Amino acid sequence: MTSLDTSLPRARNATAPVAPEAVPLRQRLKAQGYDGITLLALPAAGFLVLLFVYPFLYGLFLSFKPKAGGLLANYARFFSDPFLYETIGKTLWLAVPVTLLNAVLAVPVALRVRDIRYQRVLTTILVVPITLGTVLVAQGLLNYLGPQGWFNRVLMTAGIISSPVKLIHNYWGVFLSLLITGFPFAFLLTLSYVSGIDRNLERSAATLGAGGWERFRRILLPLILPGLAITFCLSFVQAFAVFPSAVLLGSPAGPTRVISIAAYQAAFEEYDYAMASAIAMVMGAVQLLVVGLVLGARGFLYRGSTAGGKG
Amino acid sequence: MSIHAANFHELRLERLGRQFGTHNALDDVSLTIRKGEFIALLGPSGCGKSTTLNCIAGLLVSTSGGIWLDDKRIDRLRPEERGFGMVFQNYALFPHMSVRKNIAFGLQMRRVPSAEIARRVEEAVALVRLNGQEDKLPGQLSGGQQQRVAIARAIVIEPPLVLMDEPLSNLDAKLRLEMRAEMRRIHNSLGATTIYVTHDQEEALSLADRIVVLRDGTIRQVGTPHELFAEPDHLDVADFMGFRNRVEGTLVSTEGGIAEIAVGEARLHGRLREQIRPGARAVVAIRPDDLIAVPAGADTLAASVISSEFRGRDHVGFAQGPGGRDLVFAAPRALAVGETVHLQAEPDRAVVFAGADA
Repeated sequence: MTSLDTSLPRARNATAPVAPEAVPLRQRLKAQGYDGITLLALPAAGFLVLLFVYPFLYGLFLSFKPKAGGLLANYARFFSDPFLYETIGKTLWLAVPVTLLNAVLAVPVALRVRDIRYQRVLTTILVVPITLGTVLVAQGLLNYLGPQGWFNRVLMTAGIISSPVKLIHNYWGVFLSLLITGFPFAFLLTLSYVSGIDRNLERSAATLGAGGWERFRRILLPLILPGLAITFCLSFVQAFAVFPSAVLLGSPAGPTRVISIAAYQAAFEEYDYAMASAIAMVMGAVQLLVVGLVLGARGFLYRGSTAGGKG
Repeated sequence: MSIHAANFHELRLERLGRQFGTHNALDDVSLTIRKGEFIALLGPSGCGKSTTLNCIAGLLVSTSGGIWLDDKRIDRLRPEERGFGMVFQNYALFPHMSVRKNIAFGLQMRRVPSAEIARRVEEAVALVRLNGQEDKLPGQLSGGQQQRVAIARAIVIEPPLVLMDEPLSNLDAKLRLEMRAEMRRIHNSLGATTIYVTHDQEEALSLADRIVVLRDGTIRQVGTPHELFAEPDHLDVADFMGFRNRVEGTLVSTEGGIAEIAVGEARLHGRLREQIRPGARAVVAIRPDDLIAVPAGADTLAASVISSEFRGRDHVGFAQGPGGRDLVFAAPRALAVGETVHLQAEPDRAVVFAGADA
């Protein structure tokens, strides 16, 4: 009988309303979206910590340990030396127009490519500059755009110009190189946004009386603008970090003395890693600011589905 | 009601054709549609019904023939110049615009003064019964509501023609019935002319003034729902009109348009729809409701029951008849599997076509 007595309360407990603790941890985690597969994210997270978070924090701390002076001496030097702080303006003056032009050019090209049958072939051709890398493109442009290059020779033979146009070792050399290497990237991103838009939206706009321009302005553009903002941010960050073409095609002591050149010189010509870190931090802050502004503006746009309804 | 359909007399398709490579998606389609008609283009997928609609809308360029609106040739005009209202299968509502802006879009494109736009949008919203939803985005609406917005957007521009491409196929069964009635109500109240593409014969029968049955890019038959339902011209049209049973046999005799067909020992009767001589092969097409179980007799079709389904008022039976052919018939009661039934067709409602020669 004693066994029955002791088992009764236990039985009563079991039929009482199930306490939340009764659900096994594994199931509760699963309900939150975590399970065994989540563990597969760990290597990626580890990678990120090793290759980004750690170097970033290391650099951040290093920038506050100048060779001489107080905590902020590196930053004080950067913002008081025109040779250094002017690199921000020069880099922006290159990166912003190039990125805008790339994004603006990518839209009509993507819209056209969307309609052609051999889309893959054209996409491949347009993407080749990415795989070539910036150095090869810069080398090619040196020959092509130089005083004895095809470009000038053709224009001179055709009688359009009488003396070669200077397109290398100045602002335009870097500008063109960034345009060529940055465009495929902007194009690919834009193509994916454009392809995601239901074709029936344009068809229905047409039946409602909208011509080509109105369909673009009132239907397509509002729907791809959020994507274009992302494209702008990613392309901008790439262009802002320009280095090889600024050295090879630009005038690295003059108008194309971009911020990465300043960082390079601090690190490998002056051997002042702390200063170089500070410059890198400034660079990151500027990029973050621009990206933040663009994404903030994006928040005011329509960002929902680009489908026209069910089905 | 001040939303009206634009004035015209008729729309003519003259030997309209559309080729995709070597494939004729549309071949020599001629059709005249009068103002105020509700026309259904009916057929299985790939029959050319959507191609026809897209050619009329201007979304596809026809490769031969012409489209005329009264005496104006329109088949080389761009869609925005034709001014037909179109309702798409997936509605194609502009996802970034409110209901009001979606409906106003066509009017804005026509540079209608804004006070008039506001008035007409309000009327269109009332017509499709969407009051109170004007400021929502399409994504916040149910399927049926999205459908109504699509209709309002197409009719508010007062188009001579409203084109609808399977507009109900994305809705659930109950809503489909509701919207079907709604479509007809809107059509009537506007005096609109509607061309409606569907693969659902019930939809076509209940909505249309005339049905155009298409198959393989050609018109098989044009007629009122009554004509098509009772007197299909071809076996494939009959197929589409619900004649699910096809029984092959030999024509014995014809008397007053009623043919007698021998199927083994059994005799079936039906109205002759094609010219055939006694002794030739024939096919009798019978709707399940017109193939009924009768007491055993020398001339009945004996079949063995495979299954029977309850469908409310009565049962529908499935059986295997002579020669292994599947038969679907109306059964007064639930039948046991394996039971033998004797079937006879209603002579007035069965139709007879020429059969393939054995």
